[in-house]
Amino acid sequence: MTALLTVSDLQVGFQDRGRIMRAVDGVSLSVDRGRTLGVVGESGCGKSVTSLAIMGLVPQPPGVIQGGEITFDGKNLLALPPKEMRALRGGRIGMIFQEPMTSLNPVYTCGEQINETLRAHGMSAPDKARARAIELLDLVGLPSPAKRIDDYPHQLSGGQRQRVMIAIALANDPDLLIADEPTTALDVTIQAQILQLMKDLQNRTGMAILLVTHDLGVVAETCDDVVVMYAGLVVERASTASLYSDPQHPYTIGLMAAVPRITAKAERLDTIDGTLPPPWVQIPGCRFAPRCPLATDKCRAEQPPMREITPGHQVACWFAPIDERITTP
Amino acid sequence: MLDTLAKRLLQSIPVLIGVLVLGFLLVQLSPGDPARVFAGAMAPPEVVEQIREKMGLDRSLWTQFWGYVERVMHGDLGRSFISNKTVTSELLAAIVPTMELMIACLIWSIPLGIGMGTLAAVWRGSLVDRAVMAFSVAGVSLPIFFICLLLIQWFGVKWQLFPFIGRGGPLWTVEGLRHIALPALSLGLIFIGPVARMTRSSVLEVLRLDHVRTARSKGLNESQVILRHGLRNALIPVVTLVGLQAGYLLGGAVVTETVFSYPGIGRLSVGAILSADYPLAQGCILVLALAFIIINMIVDILYAILDPRVQKR
Repeated sequence: MTALLTVSDLQVGFQDRGRIMRAVDGVSLSVDRGRTLGVVGESGCGKSVTSLAIMGLVPQPPGVIQGGEITFDGKNLLALPPKEMRALRGGRIGMIFQEPMTSLNPVYTCGEQINETLRAHGMSAPDKARARAIELLDLVGLPSPAKRIDDYPHQLSGGQRQRVMIAIALANDPDLLIADEPTTALDVTIQAQILQLMKDLQNRTGMAILLVTHDLGVVAETCDDVVVMYAGLVVERASTASLYSDPQHPYTIGLMAAVPRITAKAERLDTIDGTLPPPWVQIPGCRFAPRCPLATDKCRAEQPPMREITPGHQVACWFAPIDERITTP
Repeated sequence: MLDTLAKRLLQSIPVLIGVLVLGFLLVQLSPGDPARVFAGAMAPPEVVEQIREKMGLDRSLWTQFWGYVERVMHGDLGRSFISNKTVTSELLAAIVPTMELMIACLIWSIPLGIGMGTLAAVWRGSLVDRAVMAFSVAGVSLPIFFICLLLIQWFGVKWQLFPFIGRGGPLWTVEGLRHIALPALSLGLIFIGPVARMTRSSVLEVLRLDHVRTARSKGLNESQVILRHGLRNALIPVVTLVGLQAGYLLGGAVVTETVFSYPGIGRLSVGAILSADYPLAQGCILVLALAFIIINMIVDILYAILDPRVQKR
């Protein structure tokens, strides 16, 4: 069975003063219709670049796709002519972004911005497009959509703008929705509403969702499968249930430990020591080794391959399978 | 929209009062004795005194100023010392040619400047970009009288393509167009540079914004992205600049009109000041200030049209 979207061994670099820095260094993932895949990692690990690469929106230059394949419904997106790629963007693949405050153009009304994507994908009759736009705004739960359609973005709240963004992304019934930190800029109650909305819409349309986030709580609530990224690499891949009950990579374990718990009385919040290595630093072995409490000479010398520990649960660590208790104090 | 307009109109009242005071004082401060000018260099001192009395120039500054304001309020700007025609009629005769010159200048230089700036931004770092930048630096650095002289030298004298003295008639006639070509060209050349530069940097800035990425993610093609989401938003600062530059344009028109002997407000004011024709000079200053206020008002209206966030504030 082939998945709707398969990314294999994707490598994306950015040119900077003559040298190329790898932001994404061999990422593989796949997502199926009706499923939600979470891509988790801290800022700068390459998760947003991966999602932009799928959309063909990595700015080139300075960005360079250096290798790998992105297959969507049997088509290799990296080899697709620009015109066909444009037809997919906003058509069969929709995308929503992190910043609802700046993602909409301030000088056009919401309706105009939705119409634009409808028109770009073949709906030219203005009255039909308007009716569809109202229907979409209703679908994403914007109150009194027939009135709000003529509002400018600055007249809406952050959550409402994100709903409009979702309406735009869903305008042409996409098979795949890419959501790049869709709730990061929103406050918690709105966050939950937006996530619920995405789930409801998925149940209705059967679309696949690729959810990029750094928030493990969001992943637990919404995703079927998770990919954990670190420094441009996938370090762990599992179903959400398996990842949460039995995290294998020391980085994942550290991430979980870093989530503040209401039950634990902590003087300080747990953190992972050190920071993400900058992309121009070449690390010969495991990239997490400099920060890993378990790291040995082997870790520092050789990059661990992805291994399947339990069915469907893969991890790139020499120590796996490991017991969680070893690493958490 | 009407609110904005009304507010702007009210705000322009203090400006107008200031202009009245300044125009009055500036002329008082300038060297030269109008009574002497009017009487002629050979006239005996008693005659000069008589004229001074008749014109009211011997009275106190206050009295003169209030008299002036009162008359202006009644639409009476006095009579020119030199031609003895009413200042109003002189001004009216000069406004139309100047407005024609403005239109003839802006109508080609604004679209061209915006177009050049946009292309330079889209093809940043290319040959086009560098050519546009070089052109605009030249346009900004060359003094306008020099551009005028170059145009006269080449288009006027050498190739004899266009006449370069005076006005040929209304803008819609062939002769009118032929006569206005060189003045409009020279004025436009200094105008394109700043507009192109501003458009370039503004478009570059806007194209980096998130909503442009959104536009791409919707599957729009590049020209739609650049025109509808890049240029459209980038126009807001460009309009401000055009408004400011239009003010300089009036100053440039003074030089251009003088060089081309074009009978507009610019040349009229230079003549009035040189010949110490107080009432006419004051009238010219008043008209130029009014022009500034009107231009600014147009800019504000365009602002509200271009940026919906302005209206709601």
